[in-house]
Amino acid sequence: MRRPLLVIVALATVAGALLTAPSASAAPSATPTTTITLLTHDSFAASKSVLAAFTKQSGIKVKIVQAGDAGAALNQAILTKSHPLGDVFFGVDNTFLSRALDAGIFEPYVANGLETVPSEYQLDASHHLTPIDHGDVCINDDKQWFAQHHLAVPTTLADLTKPAYKGLLVVENPATSSPGLAFQLATIAQYGNDGWQAYWTKLRANDVKVDDGWESAYDGDFTQGANKGTYPLVVSYASSPPAAVYYAKPHPKTSPVGTMLSSCFRQVEFAGVLQGTQHAAAARRFVDFMLSEKFQADVPLQMFVFPVRDGTPLPAVFTKFAQVAPKPLSLPASEIGARRDEWINQWQDTVLH
Amino acid sequence: MARHGAALTASGSHGTRRARAALAVVPITFLLLFFVYPVLAIVGRGLAPHWRANLDPLRSVVTDAALRHVVWFTLWQATLSTVLTVVVALPGAYVVARYQFRGRRLVQALVIVPFVLPTVVVGAAFSGLLGPGGPLGSLGLDQSLTAILVAHVFFNYAVVVRTVGGMWSHLDPHQEEAARVLGASRLRTFREVTLPALRPALAGAAAIVFLFTFTSFGVILILGGPRFSTLETEIYRQTAELLNLPLAAALTTVQLLAIVLLLFVTGRLEGRRTAALRLRPATETAERPRTPGAKAFVAANLVVMAVLLGGPLLVLVERSLHPPGGYGLGFYRALGEVHQGSTLFVSPMEAVGNSLRFAAMATVIAVLVGGCGAFVLASSRSRALDTFLSLPLGVSAVTVGFGFLIALDHAPFDFRGSPYLVPIAQALVAIPFVVRTMTPILRAIDPRLREAAATLGASPSRVWSEIDLPIVMRAATVAAGFAFAISLGEFGATLFIVRPDYPTLPVVVYRLLGQPGPLNFGAAMAASVILMTLTALAVLAIDRFRVGSLGTF
Repeated sequence: MRRPLLVIVALATVAGALLTAPSASAAPSATPTTTITLLTHDSFAASKSVLAAFTKQSGIKVKIVQAGDAGAALNQAILTKSHPLGDVFFGVDNTFLSRALDAGIFEPYVANGLETVPSEYQLDASHHLTPIDHGDVCINDDKQWFAQHHLAVPTTLADLTKPAYKGLLVVENPATSSPGLAFQLATIAQYGNDGWQAYWTKLRANDVKVDDGWESAYDGDFTQGANKGTYPLVVSYASSPPAAVYYAKPHPKTSPVGTMLSSCFRQVEFAGVLQGTQHAAAARRFVDFMLSEKFQADVPLQMFVFPVRDGTPLPAVFTKFAQVAPKPLSLPASEIGARRDEWINQWQDTVLH
Repeated sequence: MARHGAALTASGSHGTRRARAALAVVPITFLLLFFVYPVLAIVGRGLAPHWRANLDPLRSVVTDAALRHVVWFTLWQATLSTVLTVVVALPGAYVVARYQFRGRRLVQALVIVPFVLPTVVVGAAFSGLLGPGGPLGSLGLDQSLTAILVAHVFFNYAVVVRTVGGMWSHLDPHQEEAARVLGASRLRTFREVTLPALRPALAGAAAIVFLFTFTSFGVILILGGPRFSTLETEIYRQTAELLNLPLAAALTTVQLLAIVLLLFVTGRLEGRRTAALRLRPATETAERPRTPGAKAFVAANLVVMAVLLGGPLLVLVERSLHPPGGYGLGFYRALGEVHQGSTLFVSPMEAVGNSLRFAAMATVIAVLVGGCGAFVLASSRSRALDTFLSLPLGVSAVTVGFGFLIALDHAPFDFRGSPYLVPIAQALVAIPFVVRTMTPILRAIDPRLREAAATLGASPSRVWSEIDLPIVMRAATVAAGFAFAISLGEFGATLFIVRPDYPTLPVVVYRLLGQPGPLNFGAAMAASVILMTLTALAVLAIDRFRVGSLGTF
């Protein structure tokens, strides 16, 4: 039996060589003093040049580790509290805020630049989490479809239950989708704790369609989506109209997608320094950087959300095509934290069963 | 076929047993470290926090009506999917095994492409076809049980065609002819001659299909919509979204129990063989379809394959080539342009490179680990080892991924955030296929060849290098090809592993689908087509080595 051992040794050598390949190619050419790890969700994006500017000015290199959607990423951070996976976490939104704070995974820190953030986004009075961006989840409409069908675009949540709009709306399941949950919260904010189920019963009677996630709803079922579906109303974002222009070639002159401003629920995303980090000073510096003009100005076209820093210039595609709800719907983060699971279960009973 | 242990080496049985034990250490250690330990860690955290057992969540699976419903639905949809897949694919297996026609090799290779495609891609293809705006939208199959079942048949058709077809092509047709001459009807011949001979392969294929549909995740979510949930989707929700580890652990336990039971039962069916088989080379058993009936039968099955397997894939190709304003390569160009300068951006070449590199690593790991397992199984037929090596197929990727996080966090095993976890997780999925491919080939080494060589004066090492080694190498090559194709398309494990940024093609598809706008969607379709093409090329390359082999898969 000598030969199979030889073969195995040979194969193991090959395996070893292959295994070392990626780390070799990833080794930085000039080693900065510190490397911090940013743990975040799969939707995180930033310009490489912006991150490079941070490294240049601070000597700190940022390694990005992505860990699934917003919920999954946060839960992994909570699970690994005793041996944290990173130094900074980005991507806690106001629907997860109280879960994140209760778990005690963040160090308190008052970021430099927080004074430039309007108070409506400063939802954590204990200063464990720093607001970075905000975005509105709203009903989007296909302007062309409504024009062709000589039907007025609905303007209120109540309109959606009218017979004229029967079978026109597609939403996401709050149990599996973050815009889905935000829209459910919008209806709770609008109709109150006793009224929202009755509203959904009417929506159900009006043939609302429920998809598992945003991709299926927007790309699959929305008339302006990639599949040219049959639903001209969809739960998506206030930034969908600019995205529909920006990610089309050639760029259309007006956005084919509109926003129902009275349906918007505001999501605010936060970053924080993870407890147990070995690089607390560098981690804090990166949180400061996320609030700086440079990073904030980069946010719209990278993640299609709005910067929280006051006075940050917006790209033309946003100023032209995005509308911001003057009075978005909202609920206290503590109430969401305490009741979200119960609400989701009630929603499933009302809409699915 | 050689079935006794002494067949593996001509020299004494004592050394053989020790060598076998040494070989068995490799797969057992690998699975203990990268599968059993992480899964036990996360299940333990749920069911026995602080070392005190809490079995209430397990009880709730039995008492809670909603959860009972989930278990029941998981079970019956998997059973129905398996039966349907076998019924639809069995004639296809016969056609590929017994008839010679132009393009047969190509058909044999292409049927496997759906099996190795990631569900995100297939989900997009099916909703493009069945969704309200798609060409089949008027059938109203969107978000229905039918859509789930059709997608399951689509995914698993190849398992039956290749496993059962592989066996069928080696069965001696003279036995069937003899039965017919003696007056048995076609049906009776099939039932009493062909079926018993096929039973091991059929049981093996059905077991794999059942495993895959029992743990179905993406298909249920994307095509079934929010009204259907299986154990797998519920485990995902409880773990990743709600962080309800006790309930997730209870559901994982139920799923594992069901799967161990299934593997044991099918293992018995696979192992029991009614009579010794006379096997023939595949080239001797296949013939051209001569009668009009045979021609129609072949044609009908090819149409089924073209519609069922080709249809959704063609939708992907069409979408990728159809940017607004007429057909063209705009979306392929967009793939290299959209998000440039962003941390999201990966050039298509880089993604292909990452995919190939991870798949190569996973293949080396899977062939080493699975190969050692196959050597042991070829001579000992340990049912326990066989079941053990198949277990990773039955456990949710999210359970393994979260298990990695809390189990592998101490030196020297702090693998978290290491790029090697991705190929290791992919290897876990590929190992059962490596074992199932290599074991029958290794078993098929004719002991008489060895005896003859030894009688003629060849030394044991020469016997090994000239008789065993070529067969072993061929088995390893075939297995490596499958491991490679499976790793290339593997997505579930990758998604739930905290990883530094080496995005593979499936990850690129997933990312692009998550972004708004027609360019992102089109680029995702283009990336899917590239992935599909790579996979098809890999399978075609493997099949060149398959000639005459008896691989089950």
